[in-house]
Amino acid sequence: MLRVRVWRGGADGALQAFEVPRYPSQTVLDVVTHIQRKLDPTLAYRYACRVGMCGSCAMTVNGVPRWTCRTHVDKVVQKNQLTIGPLRNLPVIRDLVADMRTFFDKWERAKGHFDGASTKADDFARVPPDSPERKTIDAGIECIGCGVCYAACDVVSWNPDYLGPAALNRAWTLVQDVRDEKTIERLQAVAGDAGCHACHTHMSCTERCPKHISPTAGIAGLKRAVAKATFEGKL
Amino acid sequence: MSYRSDTKLWLAQRASAGVLAVCVTVHLVTIVYAVRGGLTAAEIFARTRGSVGWLAFYTVFVLAVAVHAPIGLRPVLTEWLGWRGRSRDVVLFIFATALVWMGMRAVLTVFA
Amino acid sequence: MTKPPARFARDPLIRGSYVALIHRLSGVGLAIFLPWHFWALGKGLEMDAFLRWTEQPLVKFAEWGIVVLLAAHLGGGLRVLAIEFLDWHEWQKSLAALAGALVLAAGLAFALAL
Repeated sequence: MLRVRVWRGGADGALQAFEVPRYPSQTVLDVVTHIQRKLDPTLAYRYACRVGMCGSCAMTVNGVPRWTCRTHVDKVVQKNQLTIGPLRNLPVIRDLVADMRTFFDKWERAKGHFDGASTKADDFARVPPDSPERKTIDAGIECIGCGVCYAACDVVSWNPDYLGPAALNRAWTLVQDVRDEKTIERLQAVAGDAGCHACHTHMSCTERCPKHISPTAGIAGLKRAVAKATFEGKL
Repeated sequence: MSYRSDTKLWLAQRASAGVLAVCVTVHLVTIVYAVRGGLTAAEIFARTRGSVGWLAFYTVFVLAVAVHAPIGLRPVLTEWLGWRGRSRDVVLFIFATALVWMGMRAVLTVFA
Repeated sequence: MTKPPARFARDPLIRGSYVALIHRLSGVGLAIFLPWHFWALGKGLEMDAFLRWTEQPLVKFAEWGIVVLLAAHLGGGLRVLAIEFLDWHEWQKSLAALAGALVLAAGLAFALAL
């Protein structure tokens, strides 16, 4: 039997202990689901696809933010014990459910949306897939907004204003997009102590990203782009 | 807009870092060499006094440090002590001035 | 989607966050040390008395410590410069190890010279 401690409550709360039967190829999501269905139906948690595509099941497992559906118990169990909590750096709604609103608000503050100029009357933009800009975008475009990098980031925990790795990574992919018209506004939005300049290259985001994106690389790109735009008098 | 000054601080920090990478390497090598066999003030000053080259080198070193150290401390004060705003920057500027003053006093003592 | 690099099958031993912490702490240590260093050098011909004081083993150990702080800060700093200014490459994740090696080398050199 696995000994599992699960966070219960909101910002104030406690760890509650459960005993869960252990099976081969068991994931942490299996464990949480077992607790909710068989042991305590009042447990609140999120999941959707359960196959590593949606990012909804992200939680803190033995201190590390992970997708619980893609985390095998065998890989993370320590002395037959698991400690499961909600994602760090976000307010807790209840038990294992984090409030993702700040995460997405910061995405908006970083101008993480596409702003093009063409209309349906115009022809398609032609962007060669092997152009350096497109390859840079491809390295960072698969982000599904799961919040694991945000939870892993020390600067986010130290500085509540910091936009965070996901928002900045998305801004970077848009800065590289040749069709986007709002590069200068975006660089203005991401520069500064709450933006890319606050990244201290801990690379926890890169270590933990389940899609193997490197927000550190994107943020470094933003630092260079902001410096370049400053020298050119555009910022 | 704060992003402009933040960008300039970031640039100044990286530029001074580059300068210091060179200065620190030279300094470390020199010190390891000089420390062999012990030193007295007379020995040190015999090598250093009147040397325009070393005077210039260490002046650049001091100025780079006076830029780099305060800017480096800035995020530490914000992130670990919660110190934000003008007062933090004023104190850091005073620290920078103190480093220049004390540093140049040391440089002139040793090399002039 | 890119294939997961084999390195991340396990948690890396020398993490960027550890190097960054050492970089930060060594920087703070140096910022505290430097005013004293400038003050001592500014003492001029009274320096002999000061230099005799520095012969004590505890002071020698502190001097060695400061050299290690300097090397650690330089190593961590070079890592930051490489990540921020060079186009992204996978080896940049291993810069932490290189920073560590630099520190070791400097610490050893100074210890041997003392």
